Amino acid sequence: MSTPSIRVVVSEDDFDLGTEATALEAGPDTGAVVTFTGRVRDVADGLRHMQIEHYPGMTDAALTDIAQQAIARWPLSGVTVIHRYGKLRPGDRIMMVATASRHRDAAFESAAFLMDYLKSRAPFWKKEVTDQGEGWVASCDRDEAALDRWGKP
Amino acid sequence: MKLQVLYFAWLRERIGLGREDVVTEAATVADLIAELRAREDRYDLAFSDMTAVRCAVDQTLMPLDTSLVGAREVAFFPPMTGG
Repeated sequence: MSTPSIRVVVSEDDFDLGTEATALEAGPDTGAVVTFTGRVRDVADGLRHMQIEHYPGMTDAALTDIAQQAIARWPLSGVTVIHRYGKLRPGDRIMMVATASRHRDAAFESAAFLMDYLKSRAPFWKKEVTDQGEGWVASCDRDEAALDRWGKP
Repeated sequence: MKLQVLYFAWLRERIGLGREDVVTEAATVADLIAELRAREDRYDLAFSDMTAVRCAVDQTLMPLDTSLVGAREVAFFPPMTGG
């Protein structure tokens, strides 16, 4: 297999899921492409918008590092990680990961791995703004526990 | 030494700024936090629950006992909530 491709995008702008998935289909060896898309969901108090802050100097490197870890663990032909920041409204896409491999197991598992690491190792913070006020989204123990199954460092 | 210190999310809001230059002789991140807390109430409040504070030294996630020798940038933030 040739050198796996890594595509990392951190942007305020939306992305096109179809374009991103198709881009990973390069080469006859790629038998499986898995994509995951995260969207802003409404909350009980009625979400006006979500504000996503990030650490510009660190974000690209952190996402690239997570993608490289996935490539070291699974036989992948490509990994794409896209994460938006700024002001997002209910229903907006926040982020996506996509993985490509010869077989589905590697593509599914590595996509789950990327999501688990993104949740608590990529420097993003979400604030929810509702009619009742605003508040930072707290991390949950479940997210940290999710890393255990991958033998977290 | 002079460090660039960055704050994100509610740490930024409680302290009231996103970045500042700090002249310090602190040996570790924990020492730096102790110095900052002694400065003013807003710092003391921001760092009052250390279970909710994470740090990066030169843009890499590190534990609080990390040495500051050679460091240029230290960032403080709550647990990350990406995805």
